[in-house]
Amino acid sequence: MEGPTSTGIPHRKLAMWTFIGSECMLFGTLIATYMIYRGRNLVGPYPDELLNIPFITVTTFVLLMSSLMMVLALSAVQRGDAKGTRIWLFMTPLFGLIFLGGQYYEFNHFVHEGLPLSKNLFSSTFFVLTGTHGAHVAGGVLWLGTLWLRAMGGKLDARHTETVEIAGLYWHFVDVVWIVLFTLIYLLV
Amino acid sequence: MHEHSGEPHTSNRFYVAIAVILAVLTAMEVMVFYVEALRPILVPLLMLMMAAKFALVVMFFMHLKFDGPLLTGIFSWGLFIAVAIIVALMALFGKFSA
Repeated sequence: MEGPTSTGIPHRKLAMWTFIGSECMLFGTLIATYMIYRGRNLVGPYPDELLNIPFITVTTFVLLMSSLMMVLALSAVQRGDAKGTRIWLFMTPLFGLIFLGGQYYEFNHFVHEGLPLSKNLFSSTFFVLTGTHGAHVAGGVLWLGTLWLRAMGGKLDARHTETVEIAGLYWHFVDVVWIVLFTLIYLLV
Repeated sequence: MHEHSGEPHTSNRFYVAIAVILAVLTAMEVMVFYVEALRPILVPLLMLMMAAKFALVVMFFMHLKFDGPLLTGIFSWGLFIAVAIIVALMALFGKFSA
């Protein structure tokens, strides 16, 4: 049960933004580690030999569009549109799963090409950074999946706007982290 | 549990417009990556477009533009620390030296 608030901001929303602020710092340290070791590999394979820009652009587009679907899901639940809520809450984690499938393919391809986790500085920092992001996406997929199940069971309506909004904040954050990673890892090779 | 049923901040058409801008910016990022003539200004160009995409999602999809300044402060502080860590470590490891 939501208690009184002195800030005018619901407790769960304030907690989620605080969590997101701390997540910025977590990803900041991982990005810093990636950036300082960038271009310092003593042995190959090197990133420019392996990174597939067209492929990752497609998965990036998929993740960006999942953010649109998330915000449409929130809009639908706010309007009491049960059908829209079910559709968009299904599409958002589905697109997240497609992104994860792309990441699995990429990781598998790298290992197949002779770049396991401990091969060189690039592999260690790349797998840890993008893997941490992927774990966040997976967590978001599970979270949104449970919301979709609740919506399918008729247990998610306009009274639960805040629940969907908080899950949405997490999902969008995962998206903005990828916006940064896409540029720093793939385009600034 | 009953919650506050907030009104939508903006229309769905607005959200779609933001998504289109994000898609166009992503396409532009990839395009400038392949243009040899833009190599000398590639880093600032990409950073600018990345920052624009970041701001669009945070302001409009995460509704920070419509929420109170406290939430902006909490997020900005975490983001500031993150950027400071990245810049400081890169400077320490000589990443900005010619």
